[in-house]
Amino acid sequence: MAAPFDLNDSSVVVVIGTGAGGGVLANELAQKGVSVVALEAGGRYLPEDYVNDEWESFGQLAWTDPRTTSGDWRVAKDFSGLPAWIVKAVGGSTTHWAGASLRFQEHEWKAKSSYGEVEGANLLDWPIDAAEMAPWYEKAEDKLGVTLTGGREGLPGNNNYLVFEKGAKALGYKEVHTGRMAINSADNDDRMACRQTGFCFQGCKWGAKWSSAYTDVPRGESTGNLEVRENAHAARILHNPEGKVTGVEYFDKEGNLHLQNARVVCVAGNSYESPRLLLNSASPMFPDGLANSSGQVGRNYMRHMTGSVYALFDKPVKMWRGTTMAGIIQDEAKHDPSRGFVGGYEMETLALGIPFMAAFLNPGAWGREFTTALDGYENMAGMWLVGEDMPQESNAVTLSPDVKDQFGLPVVNVHFDDHPNDVAMRNHAYQQGMAVYDAVGATRTMPTPPYPSTHNLGTNRMSEKPEDGVVNRWGQSHDVSNLFVSDGSQFTTGAAENPTLTIVALAMRQAEHIASELSSKNL
Amino acid sequence: MMKKESQITFNNDRASTSALESEGLTRRDLLKRATALSATFVVGPGFLASSSAAWATELQALKPETFATLVQMARDIYPHDHVGDEFYVTAVKGYDTEDSAADIEKGIGTLDAAARINGHSSYLNVGWERERVKILQIFENSAFFQQIRGGLVTGLYNQKAVWPLFGYEGESFSGGGYLDRGFNDINWL
Repeated sequence: MAAPFDLNDSSVVVVIGTGAGGGVLANELAQKGVSVVALEAGGRYLPEDYVNDEWESFGQLAWTDPRTTSGDWRVAKDFSGLPAWIVKAVGGSTTHWAGASLRFQEHEWKAKSSYGEVEGANLLDWPIDAAEMAPWYEKAEDKLGVTLTGGREGLPGNNNYLVFEKGAKALGYKEVHTGRMAINSADNDDRMACRQTGFCFQGCKWGAKWSSAYTDVPRGESTGNLEVRENAHAARILHNPEGKVTGVEYFDKEGNLHLQNARVVCVAGNSYESPRLLLNSASPMFPDGLANSSGQVGRNYMRHMTGSVYALFDKPVKMWRGTTMAGIIQDEAKHDPSRGFVGGYEMETLALGIPFMAAFLNPGAWGREFTTALDGYENMAGMWLVGEDMPQESNAVTLSPDVKDQFGLPVVNVHFDDHPNDVAMRNHAYQQGMAVYDAVGATRTMPTPPYPSTHNLGTNRMSEKPEDGVVNRWGQSHDVSNLFVSDGSQFTTGAAENPTLTIVALAMRQAEHIASELSSKNL
Repeated sequence: MMKKESQITFNNDRASTSALESEGLTRRDLLKRATALSATFVVGPGFLASSSAAWATELQALKPETFATLVQMARDIYPHDHVGDEFYVTAVKGYDTEDSAADIEKGIGTLDAAARINGHSSYLNVGWERERVKILQIFENSAFFQQIRGGLVTGLYNQKAVWPLFGYEGESFSGGGYLDRGFNDINWL
């Protein structure tokens, strides 16, 4: 049967979310002839709709439904109602992402074995490893057209990169380059080459950056096997007395509740909405929430150790020109406990426009220390620091006891306390970041606190044993065999790398598994 | 929270400034009127020193001296010496409504009271920025201060007209990006 599908059609796979996980999974299943209904909470925006304007774009794309926060992380103080900076739209946060596409390092798949016991950390090895993932990474890199992989050229470095590269080399860093980016350095796969426009975070108006919104989603739709329902907010997953899921209730734009029947349900709503949906699907049979016999749904929330360094120089840089993330230093990504922490971090250039710089440089700050920094905006260079943070059971996404969304559903509270390892790593990264710019003659450097989280991970983590996590090596619920998790919430640990490539690789691998299990009638 | 801030910004109506200007409501007119309205109102030195006469506004609900103090407060929170008063006026003009007036009058009243305790006749009459900042620091954690500061983050810095004063070029898509327009033109490294 071809799309659109009937609500009563119980042969379809329902995928919730259309970003790096859901959008890719939906397309890959559709390409294999599987009937898919994708429920997308947001609307559909394409390159012609994106705007080169930071706040206007934020209003267009960002997920701004209410959320609450707690814990000692600074985001809870600076952005108490906006713990994450993610997208509510077809394509999810692949419209917003910068495009950095890095494979995990081998040891990062086995964090517990590699790092040993870390007090207060709930470390665990992934049930999969680098060798198993290598072919999927290659497929994902080809799909995304990642530069500096598969024979693809690197992007040219912009001004922000050139400053960064010079400082890195002066410090003796060796692994410095313009990044493995899902941004075309040449026309590729019906998408044009990058025009160095900037505004990568606001949706690429040229389509040079990969986003599922204008690649996987329409390609899946063109098979006739995929129906994407926009403005469809999943509310609850239903199950039968045998404990198998049977369908998904969702609200449409007008607030009407519908039930889409399903043979299989795949949850890919990012690491807040995915556990929220499972917790909101509690029933007499699953009183603690669906797929939660381990009690780990919503727990081990990771958001990467992050921070930024901005620096002022005595001459212009104009960092906003060109790709937002224009290059990387990877020398600190290694695991080297002699630095005082386990795991590692990447240093990646980053630029913000003046409106976002005012909001994020030092939230809450005022007076001349702050404004003289902005006065030097034209002479500013910047980098983002992103590293592995420690999973902690108490860092958790839970249902708010009193705040509800526009549909009357409990929203999430996001609790996060920095682990001492995160703090030690951030301090090291600040020092190294400032040293990079000092080496090029910076007149002032500024260690900038974390932004609302873009890398939200781990709240439905993958584990070998059912008691340690929520899903198995296929992203399949340990408890409910026809329920899958298909986004970054299945991450066992976060690794140092930007997560999208790994989410895409896992989604492609999961699609093959689901299609095979469907055809052999195991699902 | 941020959504709210951006809404404040988008409510700012820059277009109305020129309309008011054509009605002859210059800053000087406003200040004259303010002086006439309030015997105790004396315009602060920072306010008078501005050579920009481009801004003009017609107040709907706030007392002129209150608005003038609010503008000075805005500048003291985010002081940029190369940014004219008109941008600060635009940034706080949204508070001049019947709904906001009582809170703003009250908040500015506390600033003036603090100034008087410190031996000045009003906040606007405190000569040095450093002294005004000391007064603001007393109220730094108050809802009023945080409302004004938070609103300025977008109210001031999201004005397209202010961007060139910081060198920021705004959108670049219409120019074909910077591929042929200097994305890697740095010449001093």
